[in-house]
Amino acid sequence: MAVEGDLVQMGALIGAGLACTGMGGAAVGVGHVVGNYLSGALRNPAAAAGQTATMFIGIAFAEALGIFSFLVALLLMYAQ
Amino acid sequence: MSAEAESAGNGFNIHPMDQFVVKPLFGHGDVGMFTITNVTLWMGITVLAIIALLVLGTRGRAVVPSRSQSIAESIYLFVHKMLEDIAGKEGLKYFPYIFTLFIFILVANILGLIPGAFTTTSHIAVTAVMAMAVFITVTLIGFYKNGIGFLGLFWISSAPLILRPILALIEIISYFVRPISHSIRLAGNMMAGHAVIKVFAGFAGALGVFSVFPIVAIMAVYGLEMLVVCIQAYVFAILTCVYLNDALHPGGH
Amino acid sequence: MASETQSAASEHAVGMPQLDFATFPNQIFWLVVTLVVIFFVLNRIVIPRIASVLADRHDTIQRDLEKAEELKQKAVEAEEAYNKALADARVEASNIVVATKAVIQKDLDKAIAKADAEIAAKAAEGEVKIKEIRDNAVKAVKVVATDTAAAIIQSVMPAASDAKAIKTAVTARLKG
Repeated sequence: MAVEGDLVQMGALIGAGLACTGMGGAAVGVGHVVGNYLSGALRNPAAAAGQTATMFIGIAFAEALGIFSFLVALLLMYAQ
Repeated sequence: MSAEAESAGNGFNIHPMDQFVVKPLFGHGDVGMFTITNVTLWMGITVLAIIALLVLGTRGRAVVPSRSQSIAESIYLFVHKMLEDIAGKEGLKYFPYIFTLFIFILVANILGLIPGAFTTTSHIAVTAVMAMAVFITVTLIGFYKNGIGFLGLFWISSAPLILRPILALIEIISYFVRPISHSIRLAGNMMAGHAVIKVFAGFAGALGVFSVFPIVAIMAVYGLEMLVVCIQAYVFAILTCVYLNDALHPGGH
Repeated sequence: MASETQSAASEHAVGMPQLDFATFPNQIFWLVVTLVVIFFVLNRIVIPRIASVLADRHDTIQRDLEKAEELKQKAVEAEEAYNKALADARVEASNIVVATKAVIQKDLDKAIAKADAEIAAKAAEGEVKIKEIRDNAVKAVKVVATDTAAAIIQSVMPAASDAKAIKTAVTARLKG
């Protein structure tokens, strides 16, 4: 019984750790969005100001998936 | 399990989630619906801070603004411009609602960064209510303004016909995921940042002289969090504007 | 079990407090109260106030801009008037210069003529005087010569002294 519980918890914690790799994907996505925004902005600075909001929306969408993986990790760790 | 963790704790007594516990402010009873809790306290402080900034700050009504008045005006103009840029002139009708959400999230986030504070916006319950309110309101506005044509949001007429059902399915799923991502983004960011600070603080308590490193790290993370809380308030408001724009103009973006 | 969780939660958080559904009604209730309060404060006080302040400022700036435009127009007119006055003054000044030059030339000519006349008169007078002085001197020389010649003859050969002959000889000699 106790061993079974420990096994479940171990599995959950390993799963949480694996879920955290998803955050790396979100980081890559956010970096991609901002990097492309910046390279575009340096080519055409006049148009940059108008697209800041779009950039933030893109960041938000990219980041949401990282937050999902963070949430999955938390759920695995704490909510059983 | 809790007792086990206590006994096994070899100096690292880190409880990063303690700061999010909702407790009654007076006594130790259960948390009922109308109990005065730390949620009540910090939401009350949020309201007072907003009144101090926006009502007392603009008391002078000066043409040449004082410092506090110019802060209030910049926030007002910021939200106004954001709404007008994204949702157009028709969107300005909903300005008070967006402004309410934005200022509440911004001030609650910033107040949550005070050491020892309780962050109301780190709770799924709070953000989910706001996100669901936005979702339901926007959907209703969409159907009210466009009738059944609002469903055109999911039927991408510029795509090849054969792809349209698949795209419609994806669009519908992403539409219903909106409130989830909208709420979890805010709560998750708040929770993660505060938990990270708390974890570093736990290290600092256990490391003795070397606690200077965690403390420096806390300062860095705190600066980052300062940025994150403002950006999250902005993102919540801007996504609300985007959803509103979808409801007002489902055809073109 | 539930009460155990509850008592444990007051010590340390077990699991995620965010997923403790027992606290949801409380949070939602207070959130709704807060949002309604903020909404009324914003809608009743803040938004009308800031909107009116911004409208006032816009009006003031507009008015100031118009005033500035007017003043600029005036300044342009004043500059034009100034330039015109300057040009007029230049023309007038050059006229005056020409006229004055003419007057001065005339005066100068007159003065030169007068001075020439005076100089000529003085020169003539001087010539007359010089001539007189020379005549007097010649006359005096003649007298002295005659006297000297008479005295010399008187002392050398008194018999041959003839005053008339001496005079004639001296005059002839002086002319020669």
